[in-house]
Amino acid sequence: MSKVRVLVGTKKGAFILTSDGKRKQWKVDGPHFGGWEIYHVKGSPSHPNRLYVSQTSSWFGQIIQRSDDGGKTWHQPGTPPGEPLTTPDGMPKGESNKFAYDTSAKTGKPLTTHQWYDGTQHPWEFKRVWHLEPSLADPDTVYAGVEDAALFKTTDGGKSWQELAGLRGHKSGPQWAPGAGGMGLHTILLDKNNPKRIYIAISSAGTFRTDDGGKTWKAINQGLRSQYIPDPNAEVGHCVHRIAMHPAQPNVLFMQKHWDVMRSDNAGDTWHEVSGNLPTDFGFPIEVHSHEPETIYVVPIKSDSEHYPPEGKLRVYRSKTGGNEWEALTKGLPQKDCYVNILRDASAVDSLEPCGVYFGTTGGQVYGSADSGDTWNAIVHDLPPVLSVEVQIY
Amino acid sequence: MIRVILPVHLRTLARIDGEVKLEVKGPVTQCSVLDALENKYPMLAGTVRDHVTKKRRPLVRFYACEEDLSHEPPDTPLPEAVAAGKEPFLIVGAVAGG
Repeated sequence: MSKVRVLVGTKKGAFILTSDGKRKQWKVDGPHFGGWEIYHVKGSPSHPNRLYVSQTSSWFGQIIQRSDDGGKTWHQPGTPPGEPLTTPDGMPKGESNKFAYDTSAKTGKPLTTHQWYDGTQHPWEFKRVWHLEPSLADPDTVYAGVEDAALFKTTDGGKSWQELAGLRGHKSGPQWAPGAGGMGLHTILLDKNNPKRIYIAISSAGTFRTDDGGKTWKAINQGLRSQYIPDPNAEVGHCVHRIAMHPAQPNVLFMQKHWDVMRSDNAGDTWHEVSGNLPTDFGFPIEVHSHEPETIYVVPIKSDSEHYPPEGKLRVYRSKTGGNEWEALTKGLPQKDCYVNILRDASAVDSLEPCGVYFGTTGGQVYGSADSGDTWNAIVHDLPPVLSVEVQIY
Repeated sequence: MIRVILPVHLRTLARIDGEVKLEVKGPVTQCSVLDALENKYPMLAGTVRDHVTKKRRPLVRFYACEEDLSHEPPDTPLPEAVAAGKEPFLIVGAVAGG
């Protein structure tokens, strides 16, 4: 029988939740890397026991961890266990933690500044890795979305990282500015039908697409309308919280924007709103059902200044029509006095039948549904605030 | 030998217990001690000072001999007691406040 592994990143460590395909009984393993912020844990789709972790700290910076055995043991890929700690010439091998922006003239003369809060230009400064997206086919190839916004890639299992500098070189780069949550590249979508196509999204900048493997990028924000910016229809400057795609419909994208739930039917070239009857269209995550490309999930949050569910009721909303018509899913979720938030990377769907849906909260709960969202159970109640949730079948 | 005390998270990363003892060739400065530390424990590169700029990370502090040396230029000689191995060089994570 299939086994399920839920990978949870929290403010104070990583946790691995495992179950069989029934998804009723769960084992909780952790904390791994206790005391560190774990922005993201994600496994390779082609080799599920290969896991990558973004371990970060305001004090001590960025660490990349890797497991080759499903999370039983970990190592920094630049310093594998059992290997000498230094190269023969005595140079350090901590390269797996090094995310250096590309400033070479050869690869497109990337920008060295972006807009700062006061309107002046400010140098790009690496802060952390927000999201790790392993290649769909090669376990040694991984994309990393970082703050300040940039896209990096490794092709050696995380030992070294190189920037895909064409993204920062987009003509709109000098206009990108951080929002209150920073300027992180938080979403990376890979198209299994077209390895050259990648979608990314950046907080307070917007969504971009490459069709040539990351050399050049197109801003794909037409149709987004953000009333809090001077030009509501600007090419960039929209606070995109998350985008999602079903592999069977790679040209159909769904977006949870700061406000508004949006849909594109042409690979992001244009967007239209599908918020419909949602109680509020502010929120962070958005997911697509693994077997039904027109079934999507959001978790409405009251407002951008009140990051908790409306009326203290934690409700997942599901649309089976690709948006506009939404139903509240409440069975098993707290329906009074609930004031947690669900962050953008803290939801996932599994590929079992029926589809499993998972999300984690800033209150430390991880909820799971083994029936496409009809009913929910708290897999675990009292973790540190949850930053990310991923799920694997292995 | 130079004695260095690391915060617990960095001891975990470097897989060590207790003090670190480093051999430093030439003048004993913040820079030469950190070079030796990163050379012996390469997984610590980027944790105490930035990978690229080599500047001290903002929430890391350097103490020795009951003095805060965090704002000293990195090439300033460390106190004689540190250079002689009588006193440790402390690398400390700043308190969070609040």
